[in-house]
Amino acid sequence: MSKLIEMSGISKAFSGNVVLDNVSFELKPGEIHALMGENGAGKSTLMKILTGIYTRDAGTIKVDGQEVQFKSPKEAEALGIAVIHQELNILPDLTVTENLFLGKEKTYGFLGILKKKEMDEEAKVLLSRLGLDIDPRTRTGDLSVGKQQIIEIAKAIASDAKYIVMDEPTAALTDREIETLFVTINELKAKGIAFVYISHRMEEIFSICDRITILRDGTYVGVREIAHTSFDEIVSMMVGRELGERFPLRHAKIGDVKLKVENLSAKEAFDDVSFELRQGEILGVAGLMGAGRTEVAQALFGYRKTSAGSIYIDGKQVKINSPIDALKYKIGFVTEDRKTQGLVLDFSIKENIMLANLEKGSKSGIIVPKMEDELVAGYIEQLRIRTSSANAAAKSLSGGNQQKVVIAKWLGTQPEILILDEPTRGVDIGAKKEIYQIMNNLAEAGVSILMISSELPEVIGMADRVIIMREGKLTGMVPKESMTQENIMHYATGGDQHAQ
Amino acid sequence: MPNKTKELLTKLGPLIGLILLVVVITILNPSFLTMDNLLNVLRQVSISALIAFGMTFVILTGGIDLSVGSTLGLTGAVAASLLASGTDPIIAMGVALILGLLLGAVNGVIITKGKAAPFIATLATMTIYRGITLVYTEGRPISGLGDGAAFQMFGKGYFLGIPVPVVTMILAFIVLYFILHKTTFGRRVYAVGGNEEAAKLSGISPDRIKIAVYAITGLLAAVSALILTSRLNSAQPTAGQSYELDAIAAVVLGGTSLTGGKGWIFGTLVGALIIGVLNNGMNLIGVSSFFQQVVKGAVILLAVLIDRKKTA
Repeated sequence: MSKLIEMSGISKAFSGNVVLDNVSFELKPGEIHALMGENGAGKSTLMKILTGIYTRDAGTIKVDGQEVQFKSPKEAEALGIAVIHQELNILPDLTVTENLFLGKEKTYGFLGILKKKEMDEEAKVLLSRLGLDIDPRTRTGDLSVGKQQIIEIAKAIASDAKYIVMDEPTAALTDREIETLFVTINELKAKGIAFVYISHRMEEIFSICDRITILRDGTYVGVREIAHTSFDEIVSMMVGRELGERFPLRHAKIGDVKLKVENLSAKEAFDDVSFELRQGEILGVAGLMGAGRTEVAQALFGYRKTSAGSIYIDGKQVKINSPIDALKYKIGFVTEDRKTQGLVLDFSIKENIMLANLEKGSKSGIIVPKMEDELVAGYIEQLRIRTSSANAAAKSLSGGNQQKVVIAKWLGTQPEILILDEPTRGVDIGAKKEIYQIMNNLAEAGVSILMISSELPEVIGMADRVIIMREGKLTGMVPKESMTQENIMHYATGGDQHAQ
Repeated sequence: MPNKTKELLTKLGPLIGLILLVVVITILNPSFLTMDNLLNVLRQVSISALIAFGMTFVILTGGIDLSVGSTLGLTGAVAASLLASGTDPIIAMGVALILGLLLGAVNGVIITKGKAAPFIATLATMTIYRGITLVYTEGRPISGLGDGAAFQMFGKGYFLGIPVPVVTMILAFIVLYFILHKTTFGRRVYAVGGNEEAAKLSGISPDRIKIAVYAITGLLAAVSALILTSRLNSAQPTAGQSYELDAIAAVVLGGTSLTGGKGWIFGTLVGALIIGVLNNGMNLIGVSSFFQQVVKGAVILLAVLIDRKKTA
């Protein structure tokens, strides 16, 4: 059979920063092709080039043997290439039918009067073909995330998509929903529709995909048939070295209980959460998107109101009603989204680091530039923040360096408890390891670390213990010795309550 | 560093515009560049510049204050009525300043604790403060303010040959420049405007900062009120009407971003001077007062469009 999509020699740079260098990718009819690589490997850039969001600097793209040059996503769509993003593109207040026909509504003539009945009928047929037995007049926001995902697929099918790119489709799904999704994907595959499947979850990829293309640091590493490869081979292709050295060794002495959380609840976020964090310990917090992990961190930091429960620090009960209180109790919080919550992007590196430390760089409210410069220079060196000047704008830095600036801001407060929410998201591999090393050094210095992470290898590699949340509840705790991806995922998805 | 020079050029753009304006007006009418006329321009500018300084703080936090003109009206009326009833000028002026501070703080509290949009909140207080002024004055000007030296000097006096309002404006500029660029408070103002959530998560209280900037703005509006009342030797119930627009225009002309977090107070001073020079120059050249408004609006529009081009 002929190749459906053929991308070769694709290169792309953003303001001199090469993100893709001579990358190839092909998609055959009716195959499910996984695209794997660490964060920052270039997966999403490659797919954005395929779907016409970015234009390539070099290379060729052929669809059904025809060379193409997409100037907009519309042109890619016209050739049957559809994307389903991680954040669903569904308008929750519209009905299922309205979502399915969004932008291509059927109307009577030019007046724009909708053929409602006809569209509802058509939607019904389409949905049942995908094994979804729902009334197309349902408000889409009332459906589960899994069903919404399938509606996204239905949307793609409705616009005659032949190639569907799925970005982390299962991140927010339960086991049952994942199964339904896979059945749907396999049925469509049998009809000749090809999928590009982007995911970090090895098990899923091995159970559903036919081939894997691996990228690393913007370069093409290779392609493998699932039938003729192994987890280990794929991982070493992804990271370019053995997994062992990804996580540096730590010699922290774990001490007394530093933070104790008892039956903590917050309305519509999480319920009855209890755990302990010891001095010098790294406690992982695992779970799916929306499990309530970030919300617990926010509550500990006084950024979210709690409705019940208590927090103890060094055995004494404390009330944390605002981030100002949290700072008093020596808590630091490296937030999940550094651009919206961690940094003032227009501020310089120096101003960002000083943000939580203004007292340390000033005397009676007047800024002493020399004190600021010295403090900041120390952190730039200690955390190896790569920049020409402390006065460079935070927005000009790479993701990894931005993350280090946020960490430096909190190190300045000399925290005893440091909450890290997805500390290595969007950070390249080199910087990742440096961040792990920083975490180790902190733990060795006696800082207690709460690390929320959705990357299971990271949790397993870094945490002394892991607690797992699902749908706002704490579902389990796994000690270092028995941590496995399966084990943790069971608690996270509710797959098997008895595994341990 | 080429980046630094580019940034400096961007910052000095308004200043270059002002110099060009002065050159053009001087060519068209050389009497512009006399000491008397320049001092006259500065004295006129001082009132709007003081209000615009406060507005800079507010806009840097991402807010806006439409009530400054009404605050000027009300504080001027209160000062005038105290003076007319024979109160000591220092006390009368002090009361007006404190009242201005409070009226501003009320704006801040409504915006932060009431979670109201600054535009709507200050639109409401603009109307309320003006209404109170009209009720208080019964719609009539207050005159017969006595000849207390402190009060009379404030709008009409000279210090070393320079009009006192100009001295006041320069002193206020120096103090406010220092506060904005050299203190932790100033840094927090920028942080709240640049990214309120990040600021809050870094242990800064955006509410406190916002209440403070609106209070500062109210205080500066009261200072302007005292200058105006002293110069006119009476308080008009409609004094200060539409001054908020000139103040906002001065801030924007100076390059401060309406979305907050970006800008500097020197730019505002230049912006206020551009408007002042434009008003004075057009009078000297003999442009009709109706047409002057068109030109003023066009200049503001031009400045904004140039600014958009730079940031795009």
